[in-house]
Amino acid sequence: MSDLLRVENLGISFGGLRAVNQVGFSVKPGEILSVIGPNGAGKTTLFNMISGIYMPGDGRVVLNGDDVTGMRPDLLARRGLSRTFQNLQIFQNMTVLDNAIAGYHLTESGSLLADLFRLPGARARVRAAREGAMALLARVGLDRAAETEAGSLSYGKLKRLEIARALALDPKVLLLDEPAAGCNAVETEEIDQMIAEVARSGVAILLVEHDMKMVMRISSHIVVLDHGEKIAEGDPATVSRDPQVISAYLGTEAAEAADA
Amino acid sequence: MRLSPRATTLLVLAVLIALSPLMFPSNFYYRVGSLIFMNGLAVTGMVILIGYAGQISLGHAGFSGIGAYSCAIMPVQWGIHPLLAPLLGAAISALLAWLVGRPILRLKGYYLAVATLGFGILVYMVLMNEAALTGGPDGITVADSGLPDLAEAAGLDLSNSQFWYWMSGLVLLAGAWLALNLYDSPTGRALRALHGSEVAARTVGVDVARYKLQAFVISAVYASVAGSLLALQNKFITPDVAGYMHSIELVTMTVLGGAHSVLGAVFGAAILTMLPQVLTVFAEYEHLLLGLIMMLVMIFLRDGLLPSLMRLIRGKSE
Repeated sequence: MSDLLRVENLGISFGGLRAVNQVGFSVKPGEILSVIGPNGAGKTTLFNMISGIYMPGDGRVVLNGDDVTGMRPDLLARRGLSRTFQNLQIFQNMTVLDNAIAGYHLTESGSLLADLFRLPGARARVRAAREGAMALLARVGLDRAAETEAGSLSYGKLKRLEIARALALDPKVLLLDEPAAGCNAVETEEIDQMIAEVARSGVAILLVEHDMKMVMRISSHIVVLDHGEKIAEGDPATVSRDPQVISAYLGTEAAEAADA
Repeated sequence: MRLSPRATTLLVLAVLIALSPLMFPSNFYYRVGSLIFMNGLAVTGMVILIGYAGQISLGHAGFSGIGAYSCAIMPVQWGIHPLLAPLLGAAISALLAWLVGRPILRLKGYYLAVATLGFGILVYMVLMNEAALTGGPDGITVADSGLPDLAEAAGLDLSNSQFWYWMSGLVLLAGAWLALNLYDSPTGRALRALHGSEVAARTVGVDVARYKLQAFVISAVYASVAGSLLALQNKFITPDVAGYMHSIELVTMTVLGGAHSVLGAVFGAAILTMLPQVLTVFAEYEHLLLGLIMMLVMIFLRDGLLPSLMRLIRGKSE
């Protein structure tokens, strides 16, 4: 199968700092590619370049065969790329349900006049989006909180709300930036299963996550970043034995585990 | 039976418009009432811009000025039917908002505030200086629309103030209906989403620039129609209708009543329109008191008067 998302020699500098340098990889439909590395390795910066929030300094992003380097996020969304954020980006001023419905923007929206006059077409689209959103909220266990203000939810629940909103786009490529951060073991396992399920439906998933157990369990492929450079790549078993990876990243964690 | 918040708002507004005249001691209050509705209409547009989309404008009175002067200039100078003038004025306001909005809505926060302020002042200056067309600082008379006569011919015996009370009340209801429709619509949700987080709105596919522009244009049309109504009722208009004080009044009314709700904003318009009438007792200190009230509300009731009051009432009943 051909690559759904391909990143070629991607790089960016902030002032004198080379945040990401010459990073490349590719993801096929149904694959889960995890990007790991210590804090400040450039994982989120990489995500921001792929999803059009930062303009890459050099390199290319190819989505479904088309060069989409530096394309606006809303246009990328139309092409089937969706994401969540490490530091939550929730619509705090809206209800949980409205947040989820917002994920249906592309299928829900029609003409301004239809909206102003509440024409039947607009109402039908809103109804369809609401039903889809309720089903997604049920899937992430938030259906009972549908009418509460999103701002009043706990961190773990907001993480799940973001995933629901990202899934509402029915994406081909899904970028998840630390979906399990701040979640307890049970919640992590639930998210874990959900990601695997989404991947099985043919979505290409790009994952940044610090929970190594989760990463090793669900990844089909792992890319390791350190100081903005790709230092290793391969399946979970290969990467976890790589001496460079152990010294840069896994080693520290193993040492901490041994100390505890 | 449970009414939706949308239906409740419309019902409350309709009842207030219909029953308030029962308490009017004199004909003068019809005029105050119609002024409230006209300001309320402009402020309903501001709710879409400020409350839904989270954008600021300190120049919206400029659009009121365009609506008002369209009614004054078009019929006399260009022979356009007086009833067509408000519609053409709204169209010009929409076009201008679209042209001006495209570059300035890229700005955020106080940069946007200053840019819109500049736009308002520009309109005001044009109205002041193009005296041949606008009558300059002395103002200009507005040709009779013939509307009150039409009502009389239809068998309604209404004074000028009474006629415009009901007319502006109806237009306000229509404006509120449209704004409330918008709230739970895809467009309204996109506006509220970009208000909450522009980055997240973009990632769900919202074309942020386009939606901001839509909110700006819609609110400009509201302000324009409000200005037209004022001109038609007063039959005389001065550049002050487009002045920056009026722009700031519109924003203050919106925020005072509660920028997130149409009813709250109309409530804010009612208070700020009536206060000067009531405060004549303190004639010398009127502005002082007005400013003080506004400061206190902003410090202690940040959500605006109506939402804060509602919370107080709900809190007591629980």
